[in-house]
Amino acid sequence: MKNNAYSAQHALYLKKIKRNKIFINVTRFAILILFLGIWELCASLKIIDPFITSSPSRVIKTIGELAVGGTLFYHIGITLFETLLGFIIAVVAGYTAAILLWRSQTAKKIAEPYIVVLNSLPKIALGPLIIIWIGTGYSAIIFMTVLVSIIVCIMNTLAGFSSVDPTMLTLMKSMGASKTTTLIKLLIPASLPSLMNTLKVAVGLAWIGSIMGEYIVSRAGLGYLIVYGGQVFKLDLVMTATFILCLLAGGMYAIISLLEKRLTKLY
Amino acid sequence: MLEFKNVTFIYHSKEGETTAVEKLNFKIEKGQFVAVIGPSGCGKTTILSLAAGLLTPSYGEVIKGGGEFGYMLQRDALFPWRTVKDNIFLPLEIKKRNTLENRENAIKLAKKYGLGDFLNKTPKELSGGMRQRVALIRTLAAGPEILLLDEPFSALDYQTRLEVCDDVQAIIKNERKTALLVTHDISEAIALSDKVIVLSTRPATVVAEHDINFGGNVPKHRRESPEFASTFETLRKELGI
Repeated sequence: MKNNAYSAQHALYLKKIKRNKIFINVTRFAILILFLGIWELCASLKIIDPFITSSPSRVIKTIGELAVGGTLFYHIGITLFETLLGFIIAVVAGYTAAILLWRSQTAKKIAEPYIVVLNSLPKIALGPLIIIWIGTGYSAIIFMTVLVSIIVCIMNTLAGFSSVDPTMLTLMKSMGASKTTTLIKLLIPASLPSLMNTLKVAVGLAWIGSIMGEYIVSRAGLGYLIVYGGQVFKLDLVMTATFILCLLAGGMYAIISLLEKRLTKLY
Repeated sequence: MLEFKNVTFIYHSKEGETTAVEKLNFKIEKGQFVAVIGPSGCGKTTILSLAAGLLTPSYGEVIKGGGEFGYMLQRDALFPWRTVKDNIFLPLEIKKRNTLENRENAIKLAKKYGLGDFLNKTPKELSGGMRQRVALIRTLAAGPEILLLDEPFSALDYQTRLEVCDDVQAIIKNERKTALLVTHDISEAIALSDKVIVLSTRPATVVAEHDINFGGNVPKHRRESPEFASTFETLRKELGI
């Protein structure tokens, strides 16, 4: 709509929407500031023990120390690498597996109980096995990340394929499209919004997988910092690593959301 | 052009078998617009699937006189992620005939029928009637000889429906295509076609055939002509409603 001659009523309506948006953003930010402020205040007034709860200023100080020591980006880099690689492997392998299962209904039925069991199994139970089989390096953590997030990729992708409009499938069939053509021309593009949702869920699970993996085996990374900090009672370190995790996980989610907005504009 | 000879089709499912159509006999000549009407669920869509070769008759045979089929469905099924133009190219891509010449012909066809300004728009930006027109041009793009229309207007509101239905009939006649329309709408069948075939309830079999030739070939004139009401009555009785 390139109509600039809005009525006064419409201008008011737009203003109202804008005001509401500003209110939401300001309130969001205010809650964060308030929370951090109260935390800091309570810690400095010794209402809570900053040795146990840490405080925003201590977190900032710890970030500074880690940054100066050069280990901050090292730990961030390692965890980020493990998470991203695990996430990518899980998505690619999960999507491929879903395509194969979609192609053969029989294969899908055969695989179903295994997928269900694997989905409900707490993956951390496999920790000792993973260490023995794969070792204690990055690969074990990446394996754990893949394990935690792959099932959801398979199941969501399959659900996305089966929610494609049946009329469109009939159309493809009436034009004599093969299964592969139907997949490429219809199912993959049609299930793009569902893929974006899958990515959102999978990225969260990938973080769980990588941090869980680091809890079990690692010698570096944010998960390692948290475990190590807990063991030596350096709770500033625990809080700092957690804080950085929040930023990274939030950031990755935001990137996917942005991608989603871009790609699914037409749907 | 297309002939059903003693065609019977039985659906199999775990619960048992259902005879959808039984000993069906009818014939469509080249250039004819034939409507098949029948009560809901009488196996009309099965007839189209049989004609298109998506299903094989259990007994009897479907004789085709050459030429390809184009299918037009109840809903337009335009892909929202493609522009109008790319939607029209879809059958060319699938039939591996996506040559420059064929694409140009498809564009020409689209322009001829008033879609010139919409080629680069997305389906979401089009009205329901316009979308159904795009669906027709998409069906025609691959150059089929026979069009199979599966209640293509039933998803439209009444006013749009009248417009689109006249529109589609005019385009099909103008392009000299043969058409087989299934519908449960009696007036639609009378207004559009040269011949109406009335089916019984399931298992469907032919109850009557009527050649319709009053009011020229224009749906609007047909609806206004005095024979319309009497034909409607006859068909209604034959359908048993």
